[in-house]
Amino acid sequence: MSEEGELTTIRCTIDGRPHEHRCHPLASALDFLRYVAGLTATKEGCKEGECGACAITLDGVVVNSCVVPAAHLQGRRVGTVEGLSRPDELSALQKAFLECGGAQCGICTPGMLVTGARLLEEGERLTEARIREHMAGNLCRCTGYGKIVESLLRASEEER
Amino acid sequence: MRLVGTSAPRAEGEAKLTGRARYVDDLPLTDFLWGLTVRSTIPYGRILSVDFDAGADWSGVTIVTAKDVPGKNVVVLLEQDQPILAADRVMHREEPIVLLAHRDRDRLWELASRVRIEYERWEPVLDIDASLALEQRLFKDDNVFKAIRIDKGDVEAAFARAARVFERTYETGLQEQAYIENQGMVATWDAAAGRLEVVGSMQCPYYVLKGLCPIMGLAPEQVVVEQAATGGAFGGKEDYPTILAAHASLLSYKSGKTVKMIYDRVEDLVATTKRHPCRTRIRTALDASGSILAMDVDATMDGGAYCTLSPVVLSRGTIHAGGPYNFENIRVESRVVATNTPPNGAFRGFGAPQTIFAMERHMDNLARELGRAPHELREEYLLRPGQTTAFSQNVGDDVYALDIQREAVARTRFEERRRECEEFNRSSRWERRGIGLATFLHGAGFTGNGEVVLDSRLKVEVTADGLVQIYSANTEMGQGKDTTFSQIAADSMGLPMARVRIITPNTARVPNSGPTVASRTAMVVGYLVQEACGAVRKALEAHAGRTWRDPDDFASLAAAHHRERGALEGWSRYEPPPGKVWDDKVYRGAAYGAYAWACYVAAVRVRLDTLEVTVESFDAFQEVGRVLNPVIAEGQIEGGVVQGIGYALCEEVKMKDGAMANANFTNYIIPTFADVPAVKVHFAERPYPFGPFGAKGIGELPMDGPGPALASALTHALGVEVNRIPATPEHLLELLGNE
Ligand code: FES
Ligand code: FES
Repeated sequence: MSEEGELTTIRCTIDGRPHEHRCHPLASALDFLRYVAGLTATKEGCKEGECGACAITLDGVVVNSCVVPAAHLQGRRVGTVEGLSRPDELSALQKAFLECGGAQCGICTPGMLVTGARLLEEGERLTEARIREHMAGNLCRCTGYGKIVESLLRASEEER
Repeated sequence: MRLVGTSAPRAEGEAKLTGRARYVDDLPLTDFLWGLTVRSTIPYGRILSVDFDAGADWSGVTIVTAKDVPGKNVVVLLEQDQPILAADRVMHREEPIVLLAHRDRDRLWELASRVRIEYERWEPVLDIDASLALEQRLFKDDNVFKAIRIDKGDVEAAFARAARVFERTYETGLQEQAYIENQGMVATWDAAAGRLEVVGSMQCPYYVLKGLCPIMGLAPEQVVVEQAATGGAFGGKEDYPTILAAHASLLSYKSGKTVKMIYDRVEDLVATTKRHPCRTRIRTALDASGSILAMDVDATMDGGAYCTLSPVVLSRGTIHAGGPYNFENIRVESRVVATNTPPNGAFRGFGAPQTIFAMERHMDNLARELGRAPHELREEYLLRPGQTTAFSQNVGDDVYALDIQREAVARTRFEERRRECEEFNRSSRWERRGIGLATFLHGAGFTGNGEVVLDSRLKVEVTADGLVQIYSANTEMGQGKDTTFSQIAADSMGLPMARVRIITPNTARVPNSGPTVASRTAMVVGYLVQEACGAVRKALEAHAGRTWRDPDDFASLAAAHHRERGALEGWSRYEPPPGKVWDDKVYRGAAYGAYAWACYVAAVRVRLDTLEVTVESFDAFQEVGRVLNPVIAEGQIEGGVVQGIGYALCEEVKMKDGAMANANFTNYIIPTFADVPAVKVHFAERPYPFGPFGAKGIGELPMDGPGPALASALTHALGVEVNRIPATPEHLLELLGNE
């Protein structure tokens, strides 16, 4: 982060825990998470809002954190992939990814899980078409997407 | 055998699913500098001066130019033509000239724009034709990095007696690997200890080690290279990481600090290697009845400004140019030439997707010309047992071309669906549908005697508490190697997977089991895992005088061995399969230990108003020896097919003045969830005796088929030959406009 310019204090909760860090207000939420708060689970793929690797939830809404200014986190609830599982147990979606081969190199995976978990929360029975439409902002170069679709379908069935 | 053949969950899966896996940009570092590269802004010319704007604050900035290279300013690969930093001339846009490091990354970005470089501009050579016309001499006398010729039969005589000649030209474009994790590297030079440590995103730690030594003027013992979790590679992290590792090392060497360099997407797209563009002309001699007398193939690839791996890319491309066919007479001539564009390099398929595209399109066009169905014409020429390939390898019994195509045609109802599409096209005003196929083979492992030269070694160690540890230089980059190696080791030892541990590839700890490229890891190195396990198993059984009953028993026997005889390890070393001979001078013989055989079928729908293409279905049939892990193997094929769909339809690198003009994911379009159908994967298995439990390599295979299968389907849909990819709507409009 820049040493020059005003630093501002940002307070928010990340995965349920309160955080307070000094940060350049124009830094992105992604840089805030990764380089200021030291939470590297959220990934960078493009820094221009095109790949979804950096997806987080802000008060429950999925956003690409690379195009959200850190200042927007002030007082909000931030959710990352680290909040999806309990310390010793994967979530149903994570388990489905493991069984169905939803992760290969894993760099897109945190974003896929955050975006996919939000879709599951909507509670409707998922179809392949609905998944492909909802997930279209998340790029994956390894899987060809089929196994991620399967993972989401399986998790959706299991939640019922 | 209990684990091989099952979909054991990914060994490193949990770390990736919880965000705990550490990629290079996630490594906790204290007290480090960020590094940045200042690059050329012209494609070709002399560097007149490099100045640092006196109005800017350069305090605390480490600056490295060619003068600071402690060893030789050269990237040692097949040739020694590429400097690690341009000194007096630049050969391409985005060539590295100056390196900067500072604690504050934002400041660095600002300062980069304050480095002023003056050039004398020379007229650049930007394409194959200009290079062959020798508008400038960029490499030796002829601008040719490598030329190859393959001959089988008597092509001239066949053309002399031909009733007619059918000729077409095929073109494939640049393609970007587009791994989602950009390239990144961290280097730490410890001057007191005289030791350089590098960790980063890479496929081949020993390549990086070998490249660093001459540049840094260090002995191999002074350099340690470790792979961090790697977010995709596809060949893009085969050769390029050496360059980035050297840049970070040079900055660390000068500053005495740890230096971290992480490319952003734009830099990664403009500066790193891509798939070679290729133009292939094929002439076919036909007799009066339409039988093929001879094939004459001529392929030219654009290597870019420096040689890099181009000769080997050309080699694989040339060998695969004849396809899975038995032509009595065939000649393949090929070359890769120099241009003033960023060097092209390794990308999944490594030259084969380009030439296979040409041959498969040509077979299709020939069928059309002769009024025959595409699969029927192919059937006549597909290799049968005992026949020979274009490079005169007798395939013996390892041939499955006919079987796989027949299976694909039957199970996709190819003939019926062809008729359905044609009927649909007669009645629809707004849309066209088409179905097409491609039949191909892909050789696994290094070409020719390459595996012998690599001389791979691998170690398996059993710890005192009964863990089986695999020491290999092969990297996990998403393809599932940690898992398949664990399965192979577990079954070889009769233990559960939880008893196997993969040691992180680190050149100070693991032997050189060769690079993670060329579809060789599961097949060639996996076999070494099996053999080393066999050795360790024998040693333990000999010591105990018996075998073990269960994992606990194994652990107690291992503990006894450690107490009584010390450490317990087994080694393996590559041995070529018997009877495989390759002659590199004439390009004849056993080019590869084994081939995977495939037939891919694609169906498309095209809107006539926008020429937007929808892939309606995609079926991938292949014979792969033995499937080690179905979920992982399917995932490899599905991912490769979708990358191939991108190559065929939408991934277009637009070059302007020698540089990529659409360097971001907004304008370089890779397929999304919404752009592709569920790819259906079908495996046939015929165990290969020299692969682990019978497995062959499959990593590159799926990249070969989608280009020609989709172009075939588009040709069927639109009634015009689609002979160039990417077949973007703009390109289709051009084709239709000509009709
Ligand atoms: S890094 Fe944010 S969308 Fe790609
Ligand atoms: S798993 Fe590698 S990008 Fe998705």
